[in-house]
Amino acid sequence: MFARRRTRSAQANWTEFLIEALIRVLGFSTIGFVLLIFLFLLREGVPILRDVELSNLFGVRWYPTFHLFGTLPLLLGSVLVTVTAILMALPLGVATAVFVREVAPDWARELLKPMIEVLAGIPSVVLGFFGMHVIAPFIREALGAPTGLTVITGALILAYMALPTIISVAEDALDAVPKSFRDAGLAMGATQWQTIWRVVVPAARSGIATAVMLGMGRAIGETMAVMMVTGNAARMPFGLDALLRPARTMTATIAAEMGEVAQGSVHYHALFGIGIVLFLLTFLINLVAASTIFKKQRRGGLR
Amino acid sequence: MGGVMDRRWSRCLAAALILLLCWLLSCRQQGSEPTGSSKPVTGKIENKGSDTLVNLALAWAERYMGEHPEIRISVTGGGSGTGIASLINGTVDLANASREMKSEEIRAAGANGITPVQFVVARDAIAVVVNPSNPVRALTLGQISDMYTGKITNWRELGGENRPIVLLSRESNSGTYLYVLENVIRRGDPKCTLLFSPDTLLMPSSEGISTEVRQNPNAIGYDGLGYVTADQEVVAVAADEGGPYVLPSIATVNDGSYPIARPLYMYTAGEPVDQVKTYLEWVLGPGQTLVSILGFVPLH
Repeated sequence: MFARRRTRSAQANWTEFLIEALIRVLGFSTIGFVLLIFLFLLREGVPILRDVELSNLFGVRWYPTFHLFGTLPLLLGSVLVTVTAILMALPLGVATAVFVREVAPDWARELLKPMIEVLAGIPSVVLGFFGMHVIAPFIREALGAPTGLTVITGALILAYMALPTIISVAEDALDAVPKSFRDAGLAMGATQWQTIWRVVVPAARSGIATAVMLGMGRAIGETMAVMMVTGNAARMPFGLDALLRPARTMTATIAAEMGEVAQGSVHYHALFGIGIVLFLLTFLINLVAASTIFKKQRRGGLR
Repeated sequence: MGGVMDRRWSRCLAAALILLLCWLLSCRQQGSEPTGSSKPVTGKIENKGSDTLVNLALAWAERYMGEHPEIRISVTGGGSGTGIASLINGTVDLANASREMKSEEIRAAGANGITPVQFVVARDAIAVVVNPSNPVRALTLGQISDMYTGKITNWRELGGENRPIVLLSRESNSGTYLYVLENVIRRGDPKCTLLFSPDTLLMPSSEGISTEVRQNPNAIGYDGLGYVTADQEVVAVAADEGGPYVLPSIATVNDGSYPIARPLYMYTAGEPVDQVKTYLEWVLGPGQTLVSILGFVPLH
């Protein structure tokens, strides 16, 4: 009997070992895949540095069919659309999170939270279609832009797409602020609004910063909706009216041109080069977001 | 952010697997049933390329499959460059193109052991379109070139209202883009280095152009005549300042008076054989009756 128990436990150990090993391999394979993808990007993208001189790569004209590979308009286009989107989404997102977490009664919170998750599930092509037929004409008529396919149209759509991320992460950050903070604020005679604005939100600011970074990562990588509503003109977005003019983002450029290029051509390498820049940008954004999370852990507890 | 890409890749992978499966199945079918007596599908033709040609190619394929149920033809768009790239990679039997193959593409095909063979399957007029509320109804090629290179930026300079001009074009993988660049913007001069103005909005589809032209009184665009809908206004075009302004139609393309018309092509990998040969013969013969219905110009 003793022997039988021992074999059974040995068997259990063995299966446990197998399962653990499997899970470990799966976990580490994620890192492996990311590395492999990055290596692939490097292999396909780096040759552009050999094929095209730097002054051309950092030029202002993107006409790949005519050997003009100026990536500046694309980079600035992406940055402008993303930053504008976040500037719009940040106040809205934080306000919504504050409302859902601090102000709304329970029944409203139960209703709002799943609704916000539904927001995240709308396919981007549907939003792009909506933007093209509803928002674009509105922008043209209301703001007097020559065309409705502009930076601001794209930014509006992106802000909408980044909102669910920002709201849920910011809400978690607010959730992590200890109840004693609120009690202390109220006990000192502050109104609810003062407590929220002066105590709770500042206490959650690093979590809110993470929310913004994650929202930004979501926005900069978005392709389909942006391609449909920003007009895709590779112009330098300078001047006061840059927001009311079209722009071409890096993602839209890759998506629109990838189907056409012959494998191994200069244009092909150029598109992968843009892919590397995008990868590094999102990586950087995620790194900043992660570093704020780590800082929080060191201090112990979300602040 | 990564999720969207991941999802797209996994979808690509799934599509690739399905294609592989189809290919395996079709191979088995061909092998096991050499003579189709009760009309099983014995042949498949992959046809891909120009978005200008895609509706016509679809109409041809549907009519042909109606007459020959043993042949299955699949038609996809994506642009001339896309179709030609697939032909070079050997993944399609027929590539549709609204431009001739470039010499580098022919070289790339040669490197893969493929000799492309060209067939003119129809002709097309490129219509210049504006919003119906725009009073400008006639332009010379020189004026269109000046607009698209950014020299003329207001409709007032062309006798219209005081409105900024919004330039619309197809993406650079479109054969129509190259045709307009070479024959309208550069006026057919091979030494000319003019380019589309950086302010030109590159629309990913014909639908994008028609939507914007329909909505925006500032817009000017161009597209194949077959894609012009009733709510866009077609502009009459003159080759020179003194010349007559001509509207695009089957008659004006055939008598050569409309200045921006071009042939449309299908390319095969090597001389066509078997079902592709029969299909092409049908397209060039009885299939031509469908051409004018779709707004293109038949060969004869």
